[in-house]
Amino acid sequence: MLFFRLKRTFKLGVKSLWLHRLRSTLTTLGIVFGVCSVIAMLAIGEGASEAAQEAIRQLGSTNLIIETVKPPEEQADTGTVESVKHYGLTYTDAESIRNTIPDVEVIVPAREIDHEARYRNRPKSAIKIIGTIPWYTEIKPIRLVRGRFLSSTDLQHQLSVCVVDEGVARGLFLFDDPIGKDIRIFGNYYRVVGLVSVMSGPVNEGFLQASSVLEAGSGGVAGNVYIPLTTVKSRFSELNFTISGGNRSAEKVELQKITVKVASAEQVLSMRDIVDALLRRLHKDKKDYQIIVPLELLRQAARTRRIFSIVLGSIAAISLVVGGIGIMNIMLATVSERTREIGIRRALGAKRRDIIVQFLSETLVLTLLGGVLGIILGSVIPALVTYFGRMPTIITGWSLLLAFGISAMVGIVFGMYPAWRAANMDPIESLRHE
Amino acid sequence: MVGVTSGMAIVATENLNKVYRVGGYELFALRDFNLHIDEGLYAAIMGPSGSGKSTLLNILGCLDRPSSGTYRLAGEDVSGLDDDLLSEVRGRRIGFIFQSYNLIAQLNVIENIEVPMFYQGLSEHKSAARAAELAGLVGLGDRLRHRPSELSGGQQQRVAIARALANDPAIILADEPTGNLDSASGAEILGILDDLREQGKTLIVVTHDAEIAARAQRVIHLLDGRIEKEVDVGA
Repeated sequence: MLFFRLKRTFKLGVKSLWLHRLRSTLTTLGIVFGVCSVIAMLAIGEGASEAAQEAIRQLGSTNLIIETVKPPEEQADTGTVESVKHYGLTYTDAESIRNTIPDVEVIVPAREIDHEARYRNRPKSAIKIIGTIPWYTEIKPIRLVRGRFLSSTDLQHQLSVCVVDEGVARGLFLFDDPIGKDIRIFGNYYRVVGLVSVMSGPVNEGFLQASSVLEAGSGGVAGNVYIPLTTVKSRFSELNFTISGGNRSAEKVELQKITVKVASAEQVLSMRDIVDALLRRLHKDKKDYQIIVPLELLRQAARTRRIFSIVLGSIAAISLVVGGIGIMNIMLATVSERTREIGIRRALGAKRRDIIVQFLSETLVLTLLGGVLGIILGSVIPALVTYFGRMPTIITGWSLLLAFGISAMVGIVFGMYPAWRAANMDPIESLRHE
Repeated sequence: MVGVTSGMAIVATENLNKVYRVGGYELFALRDFNLHIDEGLYAAIMGPSGSGKSTLLNILGCLDRPSSGTYRLAGEDVSGLDDDLLSEVRGRRIGFIFQSYNLIAQLNVIENIEVPMFYQGLSEHKSAARAAELAGLVGLGDRLRHRPSELSGGQQQRVAIARALANDPAIILADEPTGNLDSASGAEILGILDDLREQGKTLIVVTHDAEIAARAQRVIHLLDGRIEKEVDVGA
């Protein structure tokens, strides 16, 4: 019986809302946009952090990445016209780490050079040369598509071979099969022995560029060309000349990167300290390297994500509150407009409770309708953002529930006062009301 | 002093007082008011404005509570009931007919008649059937889906009467039921009230209209919150 009564009350609510269609629609819009923005904001936030985490995950959670960084200019002797600055990671560093630290599972030094490559007389393509060793595949999620990766023999004999990734294959060879072809880099020919694909998820570019940990496909480079480290060492000068402000300066960097892999994620942090201690000694406290721990980044990202979601969610929640105030305003107007009806209903046997239920159900119909429309719109907007803005978005089930729950709560909270006002009007006064 | 028509007193007040405090003064709207109305009586209440008619009607209709004294409606003391219980008494025991009809504008004839039944928890099915029957009884069987704005004043008042009968109340309270009507429509309404008396309903009508007073079995004249005189017409 209670159910049927509630059903009739809701029917009545819908009916009187239908009588004021424009008003009801406008009121609902407040909730629609509120709910919609909660969902959209959370979806965008979730998508961004998921992309960031994926990018970090690809760096490997058991990896420790040591990067060369240019040390800050300590000496202000601008009088020097020519000086060679020697900094960064060295082969000695790599050797020392391998020889003195027992828990290192794999250690992979890498030299990185941005250059151009050419195949026959086709236009040049900007590439990134990565001089490394065969074990590179153990620290990076790269998949062999065809041919083979670099081998120990390549390394020993400083062979002029290379492995290209799909970006380079597309850029240089178009539709030709790259395997067995020769590409020209800096006056030398290298035979392509393998094709790899760098596995990447929905990486959100720019999100992590500040920490320079992304290496694939950034900076307008078509892709990577992997060449044996020994070959690179003998063919490419470690000196790098730059001219700035009339001064010629030269830098000498042996290695850009050393990646250390340990057996389990628990060892990563202690390994960082050990490696840092060793390098600090070797570099005599010069700040020309940095150690990146992807696992730590991952944890940071999780923290950031939580804060991000809270901030976005609160901003959106504010718009819901504004929508709620709009509803309360309209319901107060409705109540005073319908004072006489309230008086009549009270005279005909309606209890205070009945009046509260009546007006509350109207508010609930409005907010729940707004909630449903908001959920629909809120699911469409992230899709549009992904399509046009090329940003990943993820709509989670709990964000829908949250948005719907909040809209229902807004309905109850902001509908309560007008309904209470209606119920507590004096029936005699109400009946006299014009 | 009271001519007993039949059976028990359906309305009985004892030393009823209603006091309003206005700027330190005590204003007695009703003073030691004793009224007994038996079941099936058609009573008219008359008196100049300010004599306490409205206050009496509000208290008899359980819309208001007396300051002191007791009011028994169909044997039940309702003077001390709380808001919820008073609402229930109104819904079950009392049928209201107002001067300005007081129909709900967005509801049609059937739905208006259904309102009191809804609050008594009657099923939609039953209440719709009963509402249609009552509408037929007051001669509106062909206008069930009309809105109040599509009806004449007389028709609206007939809907209101049908609504007052919905829960088969113990008493029907009418406040100037013909006050807003032309004489022809007014006569129709009075005809329906006569029919109700025939059926044994208890009617209490507040009016200035001598014609209503002429049809009532008892006329109660009020003055300054007291009964000035009661005249049994005896029909």
